[in-house]
Amino acid sequence: MTNIPLIPRRKRSDPFEQAADAAVAQSKRVERERKYYTASQWQLIWSKFRRHRLAMTAVVVLALLYFIAIFCEFVAPYTPVKDFPQHLFSPPTRIRLIASDTGEFVGPFVYALEGKLNEKFQRVFVEDMTTRYPIRFFVSGEEYKLLGLFKTDIHLFGVEGAPIFLFGTDRLGRDVFSRVVYGARISLTIGLVGVFLSFLLGLTIGGISGFFGGAVDEVIQRIIDLLISIPGLPLWMALAAAVPRDWSTIQTYFAITVVLSIVGWAGLARVVRGKLLSLRQEDFAIAAKVAGASEARIIAKHLLPLFFSYIIVSITLSIPAMILAETSLSFIGLGMQPPAVSWGVLLQDAQNLSAIVLYPWLLLPCLFVIVTVLMFNFLGDGLRDAADPYLI
Amino acid sequence: MLLQYILRRTLILIPLLTAVSIISFVIIQLPPGDFLQMEVMRLRSAGTPIAEEQVNLLKVQYGLDKSLLQQYWIWIMGILTRGDFGFSMQLNRPVGEILAERVPLTVLVTLMSAILIWLIAVPIGIYSATHKYSFFDYFWTFVGFIGLSVPGFLLALVVMWIAFSRFGITAIGLVSPEFENAPWSLAKFIDMLKHIWVPILIISFSGTAGLIRTMRSMMLDELNKQYVITARAKGLSERRLLLKYPARTAINPVTSTIGWMLPALFAGEVLVSYVLNIPTTGPVLMRSLLNQDMYLAGSIVFILSCLTVIGTLVSDILLAWLDPRIRFEGNAV
Repeated sequence: MTNIPLIPRRKRSDPFEQAADAAVAQSKRVERERKYYTASQWQLIWSKFRRHRLAMTAVVVLALLYFIAIFCEFVAPYTPVKDFPQHLFSPPTRIRLIASDTGEFVGPFVYALEGKLNEKFQRVFVEDMTTRYPIRFFVSGEEYKLLGLFKTDIHLFGVEGAPIFLFGTDRLGRDVFSRVVYGARISLTIGLVGVFLSFLLGLTIGGISGFFGGAVDEVIQRIIDLLISIPGLPLWMALAAAVPRDWSTIQTYFAITVVLSIVGWAGLARVVRGKLLSLRQEDFAIAAKVAGASEARIIAKHLLPLFFSYIIVSITLSIPAMILAETSLSFIGLGMQPPAVSWGVLLQDAQNLSAIVLYPWLLLPCLFVIVTVLMFNFLGDGLRDAADPYLI
Repeated sequence: MLLQYILRRTLILIPLLTAVSIISFVIIQLPPGDFLQMEVMRLRSAGTPIAEEQVNLLKVQYGLDKSLLQQYWIWIMGILTRGDFGFSMQLNRPVGEILAERVPLTVLVTLMSAILIWLIAVPIGIYSATHKYSFFDYFWTFVGFIGLSVPGFLLALVVMWIAFSRFGITAIGLVSPEFENAPWSLAKFIDMLKHIWVPILIISFSGTAGLIRTMRSMMLDELNKQYVITARAKGLSERRLLLKYPARTAINPVTSTIGWMLPALFAGEVLVSYVLNIPTTGPVLMRSLLNQDMYLAGSIVFILSCLTVIGTLVSDILLAWLDPRIRFEGNAV
């Protein structure tokens, strides 16, 4: 209980001053303790969460990723369908800072890439060192509508005169970086929407189960047991395969989220029911009952806040599973279909060995998948530690 | 008491397996149209004329004119009485034959992964708990998080890349090319063992993470208990003390994790085998789903689910055997 740091005592020769210092320290400590014991639950959760370094890092990184997803037209230098027929399978453009001829620092620039045949008749890209093309920020490029509202043509960065491929290009000469940035939209939101749907289903069904009890509870529990014991991915694959191929991107998107949540709600429903039942038995709930509080008041005032912190944790921890499921489904061609762009769809290009060996930059989208999932796990971990602030 | 418990759990299996079979049948029926329509369409587009009467005749022959309930009955009875899982249009072979080829390998890979996860996770979990906040504790926590976040198929892709760029191996596969079509022999088996550890290691990697965390936290709970202090005060050596008391108690909840580990392992196996080109059920399931070869796909989902349900049962029985509290409580988890 005592995680209140003691104030270090400075060395003083005067015994009176020492005593005064001790008194000040004492009163400060009392003040801190008073703050600790009178803080609301959310204040405690926040102060505990803030101390979890990994979780705070995760918040920053995830915020950045979602910013990219929301403003993908702005962040990406090109559209995901813009192709450069002269630059098929071009490796990532090297960003240089120092001019190769004079050796002085000139800021970030690139050289133009030229496709040439080498002595084995393989296409290789050689940098044309004659002209430097500086990288500029907030350049104008293709026109787009920011957030679907404002017409503008400003992009975060770009190069005039030569193309820039941060992550190289794919088999049609499309910029992989731009595609990753656009793909974030589907990959990052499908987890949220899927979890939201599962949560609605889980809360309703778990609530019904806990509320009615008896035979209804028994049946629902058996259904949950069943859904949890079936391997998720094969079932997801089978259901996703039934989604008609000629559906539009939006339709497929929602079909996939529905497929994901059909299986995903079971775990959440179990958490909801189990937590509600166990919280009802807690001392404070019984104490409130003894004190004459109504059932509604106990649920709203005492159970729900505690309950929601648990739900938020289990939701956060189930998002990465959804993101991975979408990536896996799209990767094997059963999830999102091109021309839709998601990280899983992008990884389809990296399915066979020769592609990976010859064009390893096609694997870069998986870095984003891993970072996102890792960050959600960190976030969930931090939330879990913070969710029960009275437990140290 | 244990026998009674096993009996009761086995009885629960019957409705569970029935439900699994219904789900699998629904999967078979999900795509619009049935396989006969698709086959007729394929033949007609290829220029083979098929008369309407002939189609109807085939419909009767395959039982497609009956109600869904009757069709389900015919399907499930075929499996139960004759081991007849239907016919794979795409591979032009009975589904049962394909399953007999592939399922044992899936079981082998999954079981060995489960064992490997245990062998790795339990000692590390104990070590992390007894050396809390040490370098290795943090190290394994970190590795665990990576294992949770990197999907198996990505790991498989990376392994393939390394295998090629370092060792010049073009395909992991199950056996070396010279054994590809050879009948099973000791030499082929040994050759298989040289390959099979790759997918097993990859599949285990993600499962190990969670188990280390569970084992560590269970162990930490136990280490603070009075009996540990008593044993230590009485002068029992640290090693014996750990293995004899807290480790045995801590391992019980870990045993029960087999239940949820198996579905994850089967799921991981599908993709890893597909990427590494291992002839298990995974790649077949994928191709059959892409080609809407639904009898094959549904049967594989059915078999995998059955295996998981049975595996969970075995783990529950194992747990009851290990932990008398569960047998006597009467109400199983």
